[in-house]
Amino acid sequence: MSQVLHGIAAGGGITIAPVFVLGSVSLSALHQKTNNMDHEVKRLHDSFSLSKQELVQLDQQAAQKMGHRLQTISTQLAILKDNVFSQLANQLINEDHDNAEWAVQEAGKQLLHLSTVAISSPFWANTVRDLTQRLLSHLLHQPLPDITQIDHRAIIVANSISPTQVVEMNRNLVAGLVTETGGATSHFSLLSEELALPVVVGIPQLLQHVHDDMVMIVDGIHGTVVLSPSPKEIDHYQEIAQKYEESQKAVGSLRNHQTISKDGNHYTIGANLSLLNELPAIQKSGAEGIGIFRTEFLFMDRTELPTEEEQYRAYRKVVSAMHGQRVVIRTLDIGNDKLLTSLKLPDEVNPALGMRGIRISLAHPELLRPQLRAILRASTAGRVAIMFPMISEVEEFNRARALVDEEAQKLEAEGIKIADNIEVGMMVETPAAVMMADQLAKYADFFSIGSNDLIQYLFAADRNNEKVAYLYQALHPAMLRTIRRVIDCGHAEGKWVSMCGEMAALPAAQPLLMAMGLDAFSVPGKRVLPLRQLVHGLSARKLQPLVHQALDAANANAVHKLVQAQLPQLYEN
Amino acid sequence: MEKRDFTVTAETGIHARPATILVQTASKFTSDITLSYNGKSVNLKSIMGVMSLGVGQNADVTISAEGDDEKDAIAAIEETMKKEGLSD
Repeated sequence: MSQVLHGIAAGGGITIAPVFVLGSVSLSALHQKTNNMDHEVKRLHDSFSLSKQELVQLDQQAAQKMGHRLQTISTQLAILKDNVFSQLANQLINEDHDNAEWAVQEAGKQLLHLSTVAISSPFWANTVRDLTQRLLSHLLHQPLPDITQIDHRAIIVANSISPTQVVEMNRNLVAGLVTETGGATSHFSLLSEELALPVVVGIPQLLQHVHDDMVMIVDGIHGTVVLSPSPKEIDHYQEIAQKYEESQKAVGSLRNHQTISKDGNHYTIGANLSLLNELPAIQKSGAEGIGIFRTEFLFMDRTELPTEEEQYRAYRKVVSAMHGQRVVIRTLDIGNDKLLTSLKLPDEVNPALGMRGIRISLAHPELLRPQLRAILRASTAGRVAIMFPMISEVEEFNRARALVDEEAQKLEAEGIKIADNIEVGMMVETPAAVMMADQLAKYADFFSIGSNDLIQYLFAADRNNEKVAYLYQALHPAMLRTIRRVIDCGHAEGKWVSMCGEMAALPAAQPLLMAMGLDAFSVPGKRVLPLRQLVHGLSARKLQPLVHQALDAANANAVHKLVQAQLPQLYEN
Repeated sequence: MEKRDFTVTAETGIHARPATILVQTASKFTSDITLSYNGKSVNLKSIMGVMSLGVGQNADVTISAEGDDEKDAIAAIEETMKKEGLSD
């Protein structure tokens, strides 16, 4: 009997594959007494050396794939190097005549309780547990529930998946991702959007229904998961998958076209870039540049801040890969849900309203200045724009911009060339910035509406809090009016206005955005061509009545209905 | 022998992440390096040693190094302590 579960669609496409349950398998040892201590000690030592080999390899892989090392791997290697773990286990074998696996498990428990600091550190607990599991996997000859350990193409099912795991996984073997937690705009979903994988998130108690190797259908278009599908259901979904692929192919022919509406308006569709290894896919996506280059990944999951040189190499690589198309580089946007391990920031009662974005950069110019220098130096490789996050007032923008000018002057004094066409703009994410957009537009070279945060701050509703998620509505007239104001204020000063964030990729929102005069969109790479196809079929002028009705609607639901009712007639193929 | 006293200001004390970095830093030097706290001393090149001390916030610790590169070692550790936000 098949079973259908509903969640939130977080990545397009459909896949049918066996399930790989991640993290649900926990290895544990059976207690046995032994008289052959030498044999157990040898098994113990073998498990340590095999684990060490693997970790050294993982360490190198992380460095290659992500450009930096992962802290948890470094700590596990430090523990292995220390010998205390193996000595503790050794003692249990020789003195208590325990078997090797039991000794490893018990020694691991002792490690967790080394001190009050150790007891209170989730990172230490996770790290010791991971290492113990790895050692046990060798002793018990059982594979680890590790995202990098998948040896066949499978759908990964987990309670949650961290951004680090997303980076670690072998994309060729991952057919799809399904998680119990997460909303449409959680950090993981945003990342998965760019992986071009079918992803469904937010299915509570999912793990109670699945087991390894069970066949599953993931419909990332509609947010549905089918467990143990019947042959009929498989046929049905294969048909949908085929149609989806065909429509993808049809839009593929638009790759080298410009984005022009029926009535002749030009738009720019840029791609979102969060990781360097997405670059090849973006180059093939048909994108007209990078609409937002999120630089956080250069800073995350590492213990030292990236040097100016390292940043320079990363930026230059992206800028030159886009061959003169604009690359909008957003300066470090941390705080709130994206904490750095390389920068210890004090805890805040209300981080969403605390130190984040430009506020951190202005308080820590030692973070911002090297980044600006790296961007400025990379500017000669193509066309660069600098974008500051979380600007709320003119003063903040001018202070940030002054740092750009200072670093540019210093570089010139050092004889280092920089491009003379660098634009410096800002994200519009706070209601204050919206209200001051007329003033801000005098100073900023461009606006980019960060829809995810702006909706959140506009409605005072956390996008990850399921209880208030109903308030988080992109198509709400409140948000549409907000966007219109930003666009109008930007245009009044002759500045271009873009949108990055999930709303820009929302098919129901895109016609309204183009009709309100948005100049540029930044969307996940695989959404570039469907958006171009949409723009090609629509006339901004003919959309005006729909826009006016949407702005005057009472709620988001009414806007949805208006779009659904009118769009089919407005679309000319 | 080179010695330096620190007051640990980090709220979480010397927890696993900075401990690993301290151990990595110390391991780069040939000198014997010890971390002393509360009457106990451990090898700063040992992650277990550091974790077993359980150095919490406001703890006064002493780091001493003895060997050919003791001065450089202490300087590097001081820098790491600051960079990791462990001390001011």
